[in-house]
Amino acid sequence: MNIKRVGTLAALGLTGTLLLASCASNEAAPGDSSEAPESSFSGQLDGTGASSQESAQLAWLTAFQTENPDVTINYEGTGSGPGRENFLAGASPFIGSDRAFNEEELAAGGFTACASDEIVELPLYVSPIAVIFNLEGVDELNLDAATIANIFNGTVTTWNDPAIADQNEGVELPDTAITPVHRSDDSGTTENFTDYLAAVAPEAWTSEADGVWPLTGGESAEGTSNLVAAVEGGEGTIGYADASRAGSLGKVSVKVGEEYVPYSTDAVAAFIDASPRVEGRTDGDIAIELDRTTTEAGVYPLALISYLIGCVEYEDPATAELVAGYFSYIASEEGQQVGLDEAGSAPISDELRTEVESAIALIG
Amino acid sequence: MTTASPARTAQRGVRRLGDRVFSGTAVGAGIVILLLLAAVALFLITQSIPAFTVDPEDVSILRGQSFVEYVGPLVFGTIWAALLALIVAAPLAIGIALFISHYAPRRIASVIGYVIDLLAAVPSVVYGLWGATTFAPIVRPFYVWLNENLGWFPLFAGDVSATGRTILTASLVLAVMILPIMTAICREVFLQAPRLHEEAALALGATRWEMIRMAVLPFARGGMVSAAMLALGRALGETMAVTMVLSVSGVISVELLTSTNPTTIPANIALSFPEAYGEGVNVLIATGLILFLVTFAVNALARYIVNRRSAFSGAN
Repeated sequence: MNIKRVGTLAALGLTGTLLLASCASNEAAPGDSSEAPESSFSGQLDGTGASSQESAQLAWLTAFQTENPDVTINYEGTGSGPGRENFLAGASPFIGSDRAFNEEELAAGGFTACASDEIVELPLYVSPIAVIFNLEGVDELNLDAATIANIFNGTVTTWNDPAIADQNEGVELPDTAITPVHRSDDSGTTENFTDYLAAVAPEAWTSEADGVWPLTGGESAEGTSNLVAAVEGGEGTIGYADASRAGSLGKVSVKVGEEYVPYSTDAVAAFIDASPRVEGRTDGDIAIELDRTTTEAGVYPLALISYLIGCVEYEDPATAELVAGYFSYIASEEGQQVGLDEAGSAPISDELRTEVESAIALIG
Repeated sequence: MTTASPARTAQRGVRRLGDRVFSGTAVGAGIVILLLLAAVALFLITQSIPAFTVDPEDVSILRGQSFVEYVGPLVFGTIWAALLALIVAAPLAIGIALFISHYAPRRIASVIGYVIDLLAAVPSVVYGLWGATTFAPIVRPFYVWLNENLGWFPLFAGDVSATGRTILTASLVLAVMILPIMTAICREVFLQAPRLHEEAALALGATRWEMIRMAVLPFARGGMVSAAMLALGRALGETMAVTMVLSVSGVISVELLTSTNPTTIPANIALSFPEAYGEGVNVLIATGLILFLVTFAVNALARYIVNRRSAFSGAN
């Protein structure tokens, strides 16, 4: 009996130690701190907001904490709406949001997190959306927005429809029925995809941009993974998903101007650069008006932008310093590469980086 | 008789510590479960109130529909999916239970019973994954055949889904999930059928099937109904498996094989909650309240049936 009890205690103690040890696994080993060149940052930041950024944020904060052992950063993917509410209420010193604050919200002000009403909004998470399909023997297709819209609204029903065949000379298309697959949950991917269709092909796509799929009926799947699995599992299926998750599925090159542009991270960065900034914003507020109808060469117009939002002035200078440091890390080439490797976000161009860096310099 | 009287005096006279502790914990446990249920009901009701009073135009999740219009297809989908699962699982569960209790050699029976119980230990997420990625493609050719040969029948009409992720697939997965609980209860009830009745039936020249029909099934009727209702309750509340398997649209449709399917309340909450905000959250919780009421109604119905039937069963 006694031996048993001692054994239980020992086991409990061991489990506890292991648990505690595993908690610290995303921080640097104690020896590393001496090597870190400038670990001037310390303190804690609790960010909330867009769930689209969550995996990228996790990668960024892990890397940032490794470089700065005294820093604790948390990010919870609560959704963009609650994130913006948290920022207004002062619960989060920085947030992620799938859209920038609009003019009315900015005019109303009242950002409790900040010492003044001036904020910085940085488009640092760019997630390209690929139109993916599963069709025996076909790896690439050229489609314009109107045809994509007609496929997804059920007007074009077979793969050898002239609307598709005319744009893909030389590709042998079977008469398989097309099964479009959409997301069944509320998602930023759906919102950006429908925004693209509504902007570029308003005649074929009459619904407005919406995070919830606007049409009734049709095949649907919950979340990116299930959608990709559904497209892979069916024959003649087509869907839309984070480009990083497309795997070996066929990808659509979309028509921009007179040419068909395949997905690439560079083409997405070019799209952000080609899109105008929203006018009438303060210096640190880089809100981008995505120009889906652009005809510029080499631009891939299907992407989701998620912003990092913080204050220009914080009550506590230490918070300001930490937010600026964290944002600078994310904007750096290294940070953007980490985002690409871990979360499939497209790195921003050097041109945009210069702009972002000058915005971050305002924080203080 | 002589042994009973000292026990009775002991009960009335001395109340030992053990007695008091035991009755105290038993009463406490009973109170806790009532309080828990009351707390859940209170939470659902208070959180739901804004959903009934808010202007539908202000809640993005409702898309301009009234709450009743929103929840109607969901209630239909929930009951429809659970009912289909029950129709598939009930005969199977009764058959398995009869095999274990009356047909199988004892050693095989215990192994089978153990394996069935093991099915209950598989997490629903695993069932969901299996259903969406493995089971759906397997059953699709069968759906195509059904549609080609029996397409005139409303249930099998429409265009067959290209992925097989239909409400029939979801219900079949649900049926597998509710099988263990139904089988376990039916098995226990069948085993309790009075041995004397069974032997009397056999002595009168009944075959084994006739014996089961005359002595076992009437006795077990109430138990089978409550097993079915418990299983139905599980199917009504199942979330993960349905969310992952079903291609949902939120329509009312009885076509089993198309990719346009009704959705269930739990699956809809799981899908919409992560991005819901403001009154949208209240609307979702209100649908949860409706599910609570539906489950409650199903259980009350089960109680009623069991009580009514027990008078005619062989139990007395």
